[in-house]
Amino acid sequence: MTQLLWNGLFVGSFYALVALGYTMVYGIIRLLNFAHGDLYMLGAFVGFGVLSVAGGLATGLGFVALLIVLIIAMLVTGTAGLLLERIAYRPLRGAPRLSVLITAVGASFAIEYGMRLVAGPNPEVYPVRLAGDSVNVLGARITIQQASLILIAVLLMAGLQWLVMGTGTGRAMRAISQDPTAALYMGINVDAVIARTFFIGSALAGAAGVMAGGYYGKIDFLMGFIIGLKAFTAAVIGGIGNIKGAMLGGLALGLLESIGTAWIGGQWRDVFAFSFLIIFLTLRPTGILGERVTERV
Amino acid sequence: MTTNFATSPTRASALFDRLQQNRYLGLIGLAVAALAPFITATNYALSVMTSALLFVMLAVGLNIVVGYCGLLDLGYAAFFAIGAYVSGVLATRYGWPLLATVPVVIVAAVVAGIVIGGPTLRLRSDYLAIVTLGFGEIIRITANNLTITGGPSGIYGIPGITLLGIDLSGPVGLYYTCVVVVALAVLGAARLGRSRLGRAWRFIREDEDAAEAMGINTYRVKLAAYIGGAIWGGLAGILFGAQLSAISPPSFTFLWSALILMAVVLGGMGSTPGVVLGAIFISVLPELLREAADYRYFVFGILLIVVMIFRRQGLWPARAVERQSRRDLREAEKHDAGKAKEVVP
Repeated sequence: MTQLLWNGLFVGSFYALVALGYTMVYGIIRLLNFAHGDLYMLGAFVGFGVLSVAGGLATGLGFVALLIVLIIAMLVTGTAGLLLERIAYRPLRGAPRLSVLITAVGASFAIEYGMRLVAGPNPEVYPVRLAGDSVNVLGARITIQQASLILIAVLLMAGLQWLVMGTGTGRAMRAISQDPTAALYMGINVDAVIARTFFIGSALAGAAGVMAGGYYGKIDFLMGFIIGLKAFTAAVIGGIGNIKGAMLGGLALGLLESIGTAWIGGQWRDVFAFSFLIIFLTLRPTGILGERVTERV
Repeated sequence: MTTNFATSPTRASALFDRLQQNRYLGLIGLAVAALAPFITATNYALSVMTSALLFVMLAVGLNIVVGYCGLLDLGYAAFFAIGAYVSGVLATRYGWPLLATVPVVIVAAVVAGIVIGGPTLRLRSDYLAIVTLGFGEIIRITANNLTITGGPSGIYGIPGITLLGIDLSGPVGLYYTCVVVVALAVLGAARLGRSRLGRAWRFIREDEDAAEAMGINTYRVKLAAYIGGAIWGGLAGILFGAQLSAISPPSFTFLWSALILMAVVLGGMGSTPGVVLGAIFISVLPELLREAADYRYFVFGILLIVVMIFRRQGLWPARAVERQSRRDLREAEKHDAGKAKEVVP
């Protein structure tokens, strides 16, 4: 049982990292960025590329190497998110919602199959595997790497929380999410802040990608699809647009999945998670922490 | 180039306009479809053409949801899968003739439409997009896990269609069956789009709040569009099973849903001729460009973005003005005549 909870928390922290990007972008410009899961995939592949180039060096250093790779991957995916916003989404700001959603689907497709062109259709095996010593805590087997990955995730989330609640950029983000026009009148450079949001959200997804690559050991160009859906589910469970909600939702989804899997069998895991999405949207569409938002006409 | 055609009143544009408004367009399309096997009737050509027809049917069905009503459905392949699986299971495990499964498939599609559309259509339309995406995965994984659906290997040995003792399971028979069914489906969807309900759909697409204020029950009307799309998809699934005689979960991935959406968007959301051409284009193009297969989906993705930024209405846009039906014209005449009489004395 403790093992189940631990596994749930561990997977949940990945979900939470990806869900954060979803929820930030949605919170600020009300856009469902379908390509977000694919930025996670991009992060995993960038990490893979860097590790392959610096192969011998990296395997020797192990965990430290992974940290450096993590930072490189975050910078690259962040830039990719920036470009995505600039090329695909900014021209359509103010366009009908349907057009923006379709653009997002197109962007997701382009990233997936663009990566397939670069890296080929077959799964790649990550050069650095994080399998190591484990300790027993209350009957659960916890590897040191799992614990440190969770620690990184928690640090990233804490950093984000500080950024959003404690800095000028964060205040600008919150202002835009409340009323973009008024924020513009108050002298906030709305475009720049939205671009920064994309950068941060994408970088977090990229970090999750590298961590997943290092942990699961196998990556392929479609890996972002399912995680994107799961992250969205997590964001909805926590209350979409709410940053703490995304963290909570990610952990909650991880736990639900882990317990549900043990209960009804691993092959039903995804069905179980998506059913939760539908149930939540039916019963409490605003999520655990979300507030009721009135639509402006 | 195409943008120029639409904006500047050149002769080419006038010609294009006339072509678009030609009322015999549908008949011409039907004639082309009926005569195509006389040009080439190899098994390969027939199977490509049959697939293209199926794709047209799916695109027209999705057009009801996305084009008319403006709801983004990213799991359309799920209804297609439901149709194929329900008819396949009934036909192979219980020995039903394929035609007898049609009512059951319709019921199953409607139920699935209500289960998914019911809770989500009350929310913002973005939610529908992602929930349908999840629903598509749910259906595929379920089909992959259950024993009655044959698990990962799927169902094989689905019989062909027989009607009144005539065997239509050969490639030619199947092709013409598809021509008839798809023609009816296209016609039906186009008529629906021009009906009172279709008008409500387009109103919701343009401005949901205004529609609500005008007394349209937006929830029910949206649900009707969603269910309509589900039925079209389910029926196409039966034909798919009849064509391939074997179905398995990998045939119903997100890729399919995305390709159908692409056909609708590229052709022109809400425009029947546009969507039909878009579907033929998307389904036949890969056969012509086999070498470029790797680039295909990448280009499709870029194309979606480009179309949305530069030509949102698609290549063959729907006309904004409704054509008055002959009955409307007659009524208007009668009305005018009546008025004239009133004034005279």
